Amino acid sequence: MYKHDVLIIGAGLAGLRAAVEATRLGLDVAVISKVHPVRSHSNAAQGGINAPLTDRGDDWEGHALDTIKGSDYLADQDAVEIMSTEAGDAVIELERMGVIFSRGDDGRLGTRRFGGQLVARTFFVGAITGSAILHVLYEQALKYGLNTYEEWFVTDLIIEDGRCVGVVALDIKTGELHSIWAKSVIMAAGGAGRVFEPSTNAIICTGDGLALAWRAGVPMMDMEMVQYHPTTLARTGILLSEAARGEGAHLLNSEGERFMLKYAPQYEELASRDVVSRSEQTEINEGRGIDGNVLLDLRHLGREFIEDRLGYLQEVAVEFVGIDLAEQPIPVRPGVHYIMGGIKTDVDGATIVPGLYGAGECANVSVHGANRLGANSLLDTVVFGRRSAVHAADYVKSVDAGSGSDEHLKATKARMQSIFDREPNENWAAIRNYMANEMTKGIGVFRDQSSMEGAKAAIDDVSARVPKMSLQNKGKVFNTDLIFTLEMEFMADVAKAIVHSALTRKESRGAHFRTDITERDDENWLKHTLAYQDTDSEDGVRVETSPVTITKWEPVKRVY
Amino acid sequence: MQAKLKVSRYDPETMGQGQQRWDEFELDVHPNATVLDALIQIREEVDGTLALRCACRASICGSCGMRVNGDAKLVCKSRIADVGEEGATIVVEPMGNQAVIKDLVVTLDTFFDKVRQVDPYLQPDSEPEQGEYVASDESMVNLLTAMNCIMCGACVSDCTVLEVDEAFIGPAALAKAWRFVEDPRDDQRDARLEELNDVEGGIWDCTRCFKCVEVCPKDVAPMDRIMEMRDMAIEAGNTNTSGYRHTESFNKSVKKHGRLDEARLAVESAGYTNVPRLIDLAEIGVKSVLKGKMPPIVPHKADEKEKITRIFEKVESERGS
Repeated sequence: MYKHDVLIIGAGLAGLRAAVEATRLGLDVAVISKVHPVRSHSNAAQGGINAPLTDRGDDWEGHALDTIKGSDYLADQDAVEIMSTEAGDAVIELERMGVIFSRGDDGRLGTRRFGGQLVARTFFVGAITGSAILHVLYEQALKYGLNTYEEWFVTDLIIEDGRCVGVVALDIKTGELHSIWAKSVIMAAGGAGRVFEPSTNAIICTGDGLALAWRAGVPMMDMEMVQYHPTTLARTGILLSEAARGEGAHLLNSEGERFMLKYAPQYEELASRDVVSRSEQTEINEGRGIDGNVLLDLRHLGREFIEDRLGYLQEVAVEFVGIDLAEQPIPVRPGVHYIMGGIKTDVDGATIVPGLYGAGECANVSVHGANRLGANSLLDTVVFGRRSAVHAADYVKSVDAGSGSDEHLKATKARMQSIFDREPNENWAAIRNYMANEMTKGIGVFRDQSSMEGAKAAIDDVSARVPKMSLQNKGKVFNTDLIFTLEMEFMADVAKAIVHSALTRKESRGAHFRTDITERDDENWLKHTLAYQDTDSEDGVRVETSPVTITKWEPVKRVY
Repeated sequence: MQAKLKVSRYDPETMGQGQQRWDEFELDVHPNATVLDALIQIREEVDGTLALRCACRASICGSCGMRVNGDAKLVCKSRIADVGEEGATIVVEPMGNQAVIKDLVVTLDTFFDKVRQVDPYLQPDSEPEQGEYVASDESMVNLLTAMNCIMCGACVSDCTVLEVDEAFIGPAALAKAWRFVEDPRDDQRDARLEELNDVEGGIWDCTRCFKCVEVCPKDVAPMDRIMEMRDMAIEAGNTNTSGYRHTESFNKSVKKHGRLDEARLAVESAGYTNVPRLIDLAEIGVKSVLKGKMPPIVPHKADEKEKITRIFEKVESERGS
């Protein structure tokens, strides 16, 4: 039987940072991930990590206010204060672990500018910051001899007497199911971009952690807040980092005009992402796009600069669409990138289910509110990954392990068998592609009652089809047909929470921009949406609200 | 656009180990489609039993290393239009030198066991009292070449040494080791070099075949890193290796005769006091004589060998040695 003090689901930045912390605290820790740790999607974070370093003239309150303004005042300000004050130490610690951040002439860490901020406080490694940090955290995991269940897929959380005490998981390489018992579980399983199409997200970003926690009773908070990144490639959705604009790239419409000058005179191309994406979509909708795109122009930066500071972008441009950024502007458009919403946690990562913690993109503390600033996601993962481990470690001192009963495993085995036994019927891929296209249509950069109701109708249809999914592959070893089918079940839950939360919020705020109600409404909607699973209701979901924590920054009109 | 793929299949539940089946697929794909796009299309629309790893689709996660038309590649950044003649069948196989689990999926253990072998984490003696380590930007940018490694396994797949010598630490793990040897913040440089110099399968086992440089999708050029570490190991005083003696003997011979004194090279590489190895060589020598393949005991001199000697002298004086 597998048993640990702390089990962490997900081995990206949040998961590995939590694991390193819990291990340092002397606990028996394990990480479980459906992919090898270095395959995690944290890799894809390109531009950098924000931190106000007070010893070089920056102040944490500046970063906090930028973050809160970026969030359109939906972030909980106590959580933001924690993130901003802990940011400096978090980044310095990463450097000391071995991250090779870019430096200035004085040999100290260098910065670049990022969106929604006038101060350059984004620390970076070329355009591979996420990858560079992930690999160093994996090095630390090797250093500490961390237990890892690599290519194990969590199918269920084990809940006993209202406490989370472990998981049931499938070893993908053998096809065998196992129980893993743990006094506490930290959910750090990443985002859910695959609910949409196209998306910048990896194929593995299927909202597993969100759905697992949701089924255990944890609400998903502010799920209508889906970030459309302003610079993604058409068709594939592949990301071109905000670092391009941070380093001075321009956005042009079909007339060659830098249109951001008119939408955001002060911040220009580096306004918040929701603002830039809406501006682009407006240009496209008003006929000043090029085949549904605008242009990202780096030519004036020069070849040497592009290759030195943005080498990975050049690689992507050349390899995937055959465009040399030093010679030609590249067509880009808004694409689904990040979900600000997530399982509700407190500032210590705790959810309402004792023993279950959350950190990283699957969680919502909330520091991003209605729109996340670029380079704040990496910061979120390391700050709240660490904190969740500290508090989970404290929690395990006072609790006993779960029962060790085999009934949970038996129930999962029976459920898996029933999937294997289904007669040929629905296929996960057909449902996924249908759902993802409908979600992008209905819950877009711009949305209104009718588009969201369209998405709801599609999700109702999806919910009816999901239980009929059958397998083409009946084998045990590396049966990805089974994995994708289970992921589709998770995505259906996430999509449902998104649609119902979106229909609930009767205002425009951050990423949730309704063309039928264009104003922010602080009087009625300065609050979070909380979507709970509710098997008694017709739609299987219930949306409640809760107040936003304001400490010292009263909401004002948001201008860039 | 039409694409034709021939895909290697292996199912451990129905086939014996080492067996293989080929499946062919014809698909209609986007003109910019990659080999990965095609494989995903197969998996989603034609054959849900096809097993492969992939995640980011953007050449940063390292999941989708496979052999395409014989060479290891990341299939996500291999456009169908670029990998072969138009209309030609594209052959997709699992990577080499790593056991196949199913279809295009190989074990990760081979790769990561080797990575673990090089103590792949920063080992400083002390931390700065405040803030970050101070280091020049150049020294950090220098590390980027190796830090670009996404651990996809392409170099391990196609390494010609690993084909015959499982003990070789291999290109990726050695490039990783280089990243710490070169990091000014790491205080174990000499110990690392000594270990990499002495250990079985270390830096001297590379045969400089260039294959890893060719197939690396991120321009890490592992072989160049290995060669740099050989120089560094020698400079750090690690000279009691057949690798070092081989280098010295090679240079001496070419400088003196203008060509290689093969017999002497073998003996000098082994070392005159290395009796067991000399006995092995004697045996090989006898066999070579019997087959008429023994190199001359006194080497022939190259024409104009003085010119070659002068090249050596010039390089040596420029290096100040």
